[in-house]
Amino acid sequence: MKLTIVDYGAGNLPSVERAFEGLGAQTERAVAPQQLAAARAIVLPGVGHFSAFVAGLRERNLTGALRAAWQAGVPILGICLGLQAMFASSEEAPGEAGLGFFPENVCALPTNVKSPHIGWNQLRRMRESRLLQGIPEDAYFYFAHSYAAPATAPATVAACDHGISFAAVIEQGRLAAVQFHPEKSGETGARVLRNFLESLS
Amino acid sequence: MTLARRIIPCLDVDAGRVVKGIEFEGLRDMGDPAELAARYNLEGADELVVLDISASVEGRATFLDTIRRVAEQLNIPLTAGGGIRKMEDGRAVLRAGADKVTVNTAAVERPQLISELAQQFGSQAVVLSLDVKRTNSSWEAYVRGGRDATGLDAAEWAAEAVLRGAGEILLTSIDRDGTCSGFDCALTAKIAATVPVPVIASGGASTFEDFLAVFTEGKADAALAASIFHTETHSIAALKKFLARHGVPVRLSK
Repeated sequence: MKLTIVDYGAGNLPSVERAFEGLGAQTERAVAPQQLAAARAIVLPGVGHFSAFVAGLRERNLTGALRAAWQAGVPILGICLGLQAMFASSEEAPGEAGLGFFPENVCALPTNVKSPHIGWNQLRRMRESRLLQGIPEDAYFYFAHSYAAPATAPATVAACDHGISFAAVIEQGRLAAVQFHPEKSGETGARVLRNFLESLS
Repeated sequence: MTLARRIIPCLDVDAGRVVKGIEFEGLRDMGDPAELAARYNLEGADELVVLDISASVEGRATFLDTIRRVAEQLNIPLTAGGGIRKMEDGRAVLRAGADKVTVNTAAVERPQLISELAQQFGSQAVVLSLDVKRTNSSWEAYVRGGRDATGLDAAEWAAEAVLRGAGEILLTSIDRDGTCSGFDCALTAKIAATVPVPVIASGGASTFEDFLAVFTEGKADAALAASIFHTETHSIAALKKFLARHGVPVRLSK
C-alpha cells in the first residue's frame, strides 16, 4: 500500500514516514494537487499554527484537491493539526477557513489547566473504533497541542479530557483523525497506524 | 484518565558522543547517542532530550547529524537544543527530526527569538531552558552553561518567555546539578505555580525518592536526568513502577 503524505511546508514528516515505512507501507510526499488526485490513501499530518497550515495548503493548491479526495471517498488520516484542519474553523485563526469536512469550530483549551496540553494521556472510548482496535482501554498516547475540536462533534469515537472534553479520535466513513501523535506514541501509536493501514485493504 | 508525569533522559552531546561533565571541568565519554536513545526508547522513556554542549565549531557541525541518528531510533518525542541563536538554527534542528527546540542564552539576549520560533513552529515546539541559581532571597537565571548571571528573576523571566510563546520550561537547578542531592523542589514548585505551561525539573536526581518528591512537593510535570540512567544506576522501568506504587500517574510500558 502506498500512502500519500501531504507536505504543506512545515511539520515533522520524517517521523510519520518512518513510522509507516516501519509497518511495511510505502510513502510519497504530496506537494501538488495531481498527486492527491491520484492518491489511494492520504495522510494529513500537521504541527504549528492553524493559519500557517491552511495557508500552506492554499499556496500549493492542495485545499481543493483534498476536498475532492474526501468527496470521492479516498481514505484520509489527519494527525494533530491535521485533525483540526478538517473542521470549519479554529479560534487560533479567526476568519480563516479550514477544510470543512466537519462543521464545528476548533477551540482553545481552557485557562484552568496547563496549556499546551503536552504529554501522555488516556482516552475515553465513546463508540466502536477501527483505529483503536486491539489497544487496551488504559493505553497512553502522546499529545502536544493548545487547541482542540469539541468531543460533541458527532464523528468523535474517543475523547480525552484536559480542562474540557475534546475529540481525540474521529472516524466517519473514510475519514479518520487523531489529536495525539501516533508516530510519537510508542508501540501503542504504531498499532493505531497499523489499524489504519489494515482498514485500507 | 490522567495526564502522566513524564520521565525524560537527557543526552549531553559533544562532537557526536554523549558525555558527562565533571564539575564543569573534565568530560567523560558515556557512549553513542543513537545507541543510548534506542535503549531509552525501549525502556519506556516518555521523551528524550539531546543537548549540544560542544564549545567548538566542529562539534556544532556534527550535532544535526546526531539529531538525525537519534530521531531514527525513536517512536517517542525528541527535544533538541544548545546553542540555538536564531530562527534558522531552530528550523535546522526541527528539520533534522526534533519535535521541540530549546532556547536559553540567545533568548535572554533577544527575547523576540521565542516569539519568532513560536509563530513559525507553534508553542508546543518551543521550550525555554532556564538555568537557575539561588541567590540571597530569590532565584536568578543564568546563561552560557550556568556561567553568567543575568540579573533576571527566574520566575519573572519564565513568565515573560511563556507570554512570548514558550510552551514548556526545562528548569535546571545549577546548585543541585551534578550533586546527587535531589531536585530543588522549592524552585520547581515556585516556577510551576508561576507559569501556565508544563515544567520539566532537572538537576540533582539521584534516588527514586527524589523523583517522587519533585512530582509531589515540586509539582513538576516531568523530570529529567542524565547520568543516573546512562550508568544504569536506575532503570526507567523500575523508577516508573516505584512512582506508580506511590500514586504518581505514569505510563507503564507493557
